[in-house]
Amino acid sequence: MLSDKDRIFTNLYGFEGPDLASAKARGDWDGTRFLLARGRDKIIEEMKNSGLRGRGGAGFPTGLKWSFMPKESDGRPSYLVVNADESEPGTCKDRDMMRHEPHKLIEGCLVAGYAMNAIAAYIYVRGEFYHEAMAVQRAIDEAYEANLIGKNACGSGYDFDVYLHRGAGAYICGEETALLESLEGKKGQPRLKPPFPANAGLYGCPTTVNNVETIAVGPTILRRGASWFASIGRENNTGTKVFCISGHVEHPCNVEEAMSIPLRELIDRHAGGVRGGWDNLLAVIPGGSSVPCLPKQICDNQLMDFDALRDAQSGLGTAAVIVMDKSTDIVAAISRLSHFYKHESCGQCTPCREGTGWMWRVMERLIDGRAEIEEIDLLEQVSRQVEGHTICALGDAAAWPVQGLIRHFRPELERRILERKKQAA
Amino acid sequence: MPTLTIDGQEITVEPGTTLLQACEEAGSEIPRFCYHERLSIAGNCRMCLVEMEKSPKPVASCAMPAADGMVIHTNTESVKKAREGVMEFLLINHPLDCPICDQGGECDLQDQAMAYGRDSSRFAENKRAVEGKDFGPLIKTFMTRCIHCTRCVRFMEEVAGAPDLGGLYRGEDMEIATVLEKGLDSELSGNIIDLCPVGALTSQPYAFNARSWELRFTESVDVLDAAGSNIRVDARGRQVMRVLPRLNEDVNEEWLGDKSRFAYDGLLRQRLDRPYLRDANGKLQPASWEQAFAAIADRAKGMDGRRFGAIAGDLVDCESMTALKDLTDALGSPHIDCRQDGAKLNASQRASYLFNTTIAGIEDADTCLLIGTNPRWEAPVINQRIRKRWLMGGFAIGVIGEQRELTYRADYLGAGPATLAEIADGQHAFGNVLEAAERPMLILGMGALAREDGDAVLGAASKIAERYGFIGDDWNGFNVLHTAAARVGGLDLGLVPGDGGLDTAGMVAAAGRGELDMLYLLGADEIDMSALGQCFVIYQGHHGDAGAHRADVILPGAAYTEKSATYVNTEGRAQRGRLAVFPPGDAREDWTIVRALSAVLGHALPYDTLDAVRARMTSLSPHMIERNQIARAAWELIEGQGRLDGPAFATPIANYYMTDPISRASETMADCTASFVSRPEALTGTDA
Repeated sequence: MLSDKDRIFTNLYGFEGPDLASAKARGDWDGTRFLLARGRDKIIEEMKNSGLRGRGGAGFPTGLKWSFMPKESDGRPSYLVVNADESEPGTCKDRDMMRHEPHKLIEGCLVAGYAMNAIAAYIYVRGEFYHEAMAVQRAIDEAYEANLIGKNACGSGYDFDVYLHRGAGAYICGEETALLESLEGKKGQPRLKPPFPANAGLYGCPTTVNNVETIAVGPTILRRGASWFASIGRENNTGTKVFCISGHVEHPCNVEEAMSIPLRELIDRHAGGVRGGWDNLLAVIPGGSSVPCLPKQICDNQLMDFDALRDAQSGLGTAAVIVMDKSTDIVAAISRLSHFYKHESCGQCTPCREGTGWMWRVMERLIDGRAEIEEIDLLEQVSRQVEGHTICALGDAAAWPVQGLIRHFRPELERRILERKKQAA
Repeated sequence: MPTLTIDGQEITVEPGTTLLQACEEAGSEIPRFCYHERLSIAGNCRMCLVEMEKSPKPVASCAMPAADGMVIHTNTESVKKAREGVMEFLLINHPLDCPICDQGGECDLQDQAMAYGRDSSRFAENKRAVEGKDFGPLIKTFMTRCIHCTRCVRFMEEVAGAPDLGGLYRGEDMEIATVLEKGLDSELSGNIIDLCPVGALTSQPYAFNARSWELRFTESVDVLDAAGSNIRVDARGRQVMRVLPRLNEDVNEEWLGDKSRFAYDGLLRQRLDRPYLRDANGKLQPASWEQAFAAIADRAKGMDGRRFGAIAGDLVDCESMTALKDLTDALGSPHIDCRQDGAKLNASQRASYLFNTTIAGIEDADTCLLIGTNPRWEAPVINQRIRKRWLMGGFAIGVIGEQRELTYRADYLGAGPATLAEIADGQHAFGNVLEAAERPMLILGMGALAREDGDAVLGAASKIAERYGFIGDDWNGFNVLHTAAARVGGLDLGLVPGDGGLDTAGMVAAAGRGELDMLYLLGADEIDMSALGQCFVIYQGHHGDAGAHRADVILPGAAYTEKSATYVNTEGRAQRGRLAVFPPGDAREDWTIVRALSAVLGHALPYDTLDAVRARMTSLSPHMIERNQIARAAWELIEGQGRLDGPAFATPIANYYMTDPISRASETMADCTASFVSRPEALTGTDA
């Protein structure tokens, strides 16, 4: 279990104020000038050594991503874009960070922006997060006033602006290139890659898009050192992570914990355990709605990190742990997710546009068994036809929950079909 | 130059080549729906997925740049499965109503489903249905068939420069639509019918009229503007069913203006299918060819040749103009003209009336001055070329004349001759732009030439060309944009007044004063018929338009789809139109009518075959030998005459959709006029 001294988000629950003075008391903005003075290469090197992997879901090594940005400008400015369009069902970590720890984010923007030679950061906040956007804007205003950002930020001689932009409520705008399109004022539809944003991103300029948590932990890593961060968790899955535990637990919560913590420990210690006890557990979706669910027998000994969950044919995603006890209609639950992805598909490319609706419709019938046994295989094949054939990862995200359901709960699906047939006969 | 391996074959391609193009070069066919070589890459249909070694997922070949060392497979099991999967997805919500779909038989979806799809459907749910949209009188929509390739959206935005279309809503509810419920009033809108790979966008006038396999295709050229767009005339029996563009990179690429595409129904209406004679009561009565010729011969008996005049119209072919010129000469008359609108064009210097830069050459220019022209309406495909050049960047455009909505950003310099004179005298700020330009061009429209001071305008434009270096060893930036398909051919053949001859206005005035006994209107409808007085008027043409109403004798001719004939476009490019259907009734090919009449008048012209008249034609104008070729015309300064003091330049075309007898007879063009031109401004999208 993570000890209190190792926590990065010490005000995650808002027991203290989000304002600048309180943030400073917690250690934010402490010697930021000296962090910058280390120089770009040193900062990126430190981030690489820390082993930090992107906290938005894909888990791409952050230091490496920053190093893709051009060292010398070819005349175009570089941008940092912060993805605060947190919309993945089950995930609510960025929301609390923006509410209670906005200065960690702003300071992180400055440090990350400096490391990649960006002239400005754009924070794209989910449209529904009105109060969070206000909190971040207040923090930006405070930081400007205290000359922490803006011209000669923190007295470093470096000019850096931070802008806040509110989205309009589309899940797809959390995909990094759709986010850039939306930021440019266009319809939020993912772009083709290549070119990647580091070459041609916002307004065609080099851009790095990072999750709120990824950016917010940066300054603390630099202050406490890469080795400290890397000492937490397993190799290649280092550091602390904010988990969002929801569903059938006694106390749903956000909690910062060490990476690679066992799932059962996470739930028992921080969320008061599964409603009705561990044995009442049916399944857990370990990383937000888009990753395949895990049945109880796997959850018993599951470690919560990128590689362990990948080995279990699921994923850490955003670390949003959705717990379902035995009262859950698992088919209806996954069908609801299918509906979500059908509703949020942007409609640009064929497999996702057509496949998400098809999968949802079959799922709806499977809830009460209005289907043939063969249609389970059909559903599986359709999900494979969507997965990996789309422009962005939304197709994958729509396919995985269905695949997880079929992989682990096929007997349940068959039971419903046969039962209905028996009733009809 | 990246070298990559495609299906085991090593191939080196140009840098910037996409995988799809590289595969095509290597001979591996890649199916596609959204990809189109003249539009930006969307990568959304996912039909072109191929397998790339070291990539965990299949890649969209249309969007992936070819890079050194790539190993691509296009015929593996995984590629086959990917294609089948995409095909299946495209078809699940497609109505599969091919038997009642106009695209049937020429449908990409149909063809590719046969080639790459599975044989049966596994989709047991209800299909999506989408309400049709109102895209105006030209484009019929059936949006349930749409596969969301967005070719139409990209075309309207990129090529047509009228970003009216877009995708509304999300996911499977996405619809291609106009934001306001309005028709597509771009003059290039018909091209989205060709681009649509399915039957979502089809031709409204052609709806349910024919199947593609019933049609006879004839390659021809368009005459409804002076660009000389290459077309394919599709006919069934004796009727033209539709007109489609044909690829010619130098002229229209693969686009076609809406008038040229849709005016063909005018070929069926108001046709002159037999000769007519005006009787003693002033009524036109049907007659035989013999009676008509006899009436003319009777009237011409003893006539002084100098009291005969001839005017050639805007749609006339070069063969019949050759015959008309020879007949007029034989009669001893100097009164002949091919410039109905009175444009002050100088037939003695070819470079002074050609689009010397050439249409494709626009892409090499770096500055453009538009003088008294609205290319958007006068030649949509040329306008498209200007926009294409403008999109490449570094292309300054100045406009003198009416302030019209163009499809590119242009600096408005002034309304008329005063501004032109300022530039010619080096006293206008735009002169600096022209000075700095390396390959400047100007386009002189009929709005600047068909007027009293047209001579002076031509002189001033010529002065600008000389002053700012428009003329170089390999560059001629002086361009005249004609509105009549027959004009350059007529000037090449010398259909201008001879010594002491009268021009169009002169002939009309002389006829009104009784100084002309006989006026021969060869397809000429755009002159003031009420001013012809008692003159005996022969009208030869194909439509019962203004000329036929005034005529004393009507000789029925053939329209452009009904004869093998030569036309010279505004660039000076001689092209041949071909017979797609026969002329209706007793109508005949035009040159044969003039030839037959010449015998009746006792001046039999010395040619009896098409080859012979063409030999005569090319002896008058050697440029007409080389078909689809352009000979560069020698340049010399044109001395302007008269004072440059007329009113502001006015665009010569008030209504794009109706400019000639064919489009005036077209119901489709009337619908377009009602929808897009006469529509009161006050109406908005919310009005009924």
